[in-house]
Amino acid sequence: MASGNWYRYSSPATFYPLAGKMIPWFGWSAAVLAAIGLWIGLGIAPTDFQQGEAYRIIFIHVPSAWLSMFLYLVMAAWGALFLGFNTRLSAMMAQSLAPTGALMTFIALVTGSFWGRPTWGTYWAWDARMTSELILLFLYLGVMALRNAIDDPRRADRACAVLSLVGAVNVPIIYFSVKWWNTLHQGSSVSLTAAPKMAMTMLTGMLIMSFAAWFYSIAVCLYRVRVIMLERERGSAWVGELQEVEAR
Amino acid sequence: MTEFFAMGGYAFYVWGAYGLTALTLVIEVLSVRSRHHRSLEEARLAAPETTSVAAEGRP
Repeated sequence: MASGNWYRYSSPATFYPLAGKMIPWFGWSAAVLAAIGLWIGLGIAPTDFQQGEAYRIIFIHVPSAWLSMFLYLVMAAWGALFLGFNTRLSAMMAQSLAPTGALMTFIALVTGSFWGRPTWGTYWAWDARMTSELILLFLYLGVMALRNAIDDPRRADRACAVLSLVGAVNVPIIYFSVKWWNTLHQGSSVSLTAAPKMAMTMLTGMLIMSFAAWFYSIAVCLYRVRVIMLERERGSAWVGELQEVEAR
Repeated sequence: MTEFFAMGGYAFYVWGAYGLTALTLVIEVLSVRSRHHRSLEEARLAAPETTSVAAEGRP
């Protein structure tokens, strides 16, 4: 019975109103968490004794960099689900994630270079971490361009799913690049296996900002997937029966 | 307060990074919003003929 209920939500007609109800919750959670995280990150966290105030960029750099990789894996997973089960909602979710993932990658790159200039003395270096993150941006843009290049949406879904899955090999390369190669980029300060190498308030601020970025991404991707549903299923009975479509 | 905005001499980098991030997030939300309005408009045009269309009446 329970599994039957879940399966119900794989249809756009039932997921559309559900997503609509979830967006404000995730959106407002993101706003509240961001406010707390910024207050800690910009106000309470102590000045770094080596980097001075410039280190405060990490409160947006690290969350966006984490999400840029994670969103890619989620996009590839939705693509795999689509290839396996041919559920159109999976393809729409993958389509919805690409622009937000690209934006997170862009933010990670830009904030990283704004941090690098005062700290390393350069905006950019072709080291393994930065180069692989730049490739991630191109992968996102490639998936989006591929979709635009194919007129038939079902074929576009399949092509994008395959490209996302192939590109997923880049994510572990980004993640482990600081271990595998000598990079200008420093190793990670936070890991699952060792105690964090930073002050407690800094860590708290960074984690709260990460959750804020998470909830923002969920909210905006749900918003976009609703738009994608309207675009792709217009003319169908369920879209025609929606209150916001009927009301004129 | 001015000390806070000065960011120990790193104001350009810190506020530049935060400002660009905020700007791009706002642009993303606004662009999805305008795409939403467009998609609703198009969905209305493509909606199957129903009673609501007939009810509009013609002059």
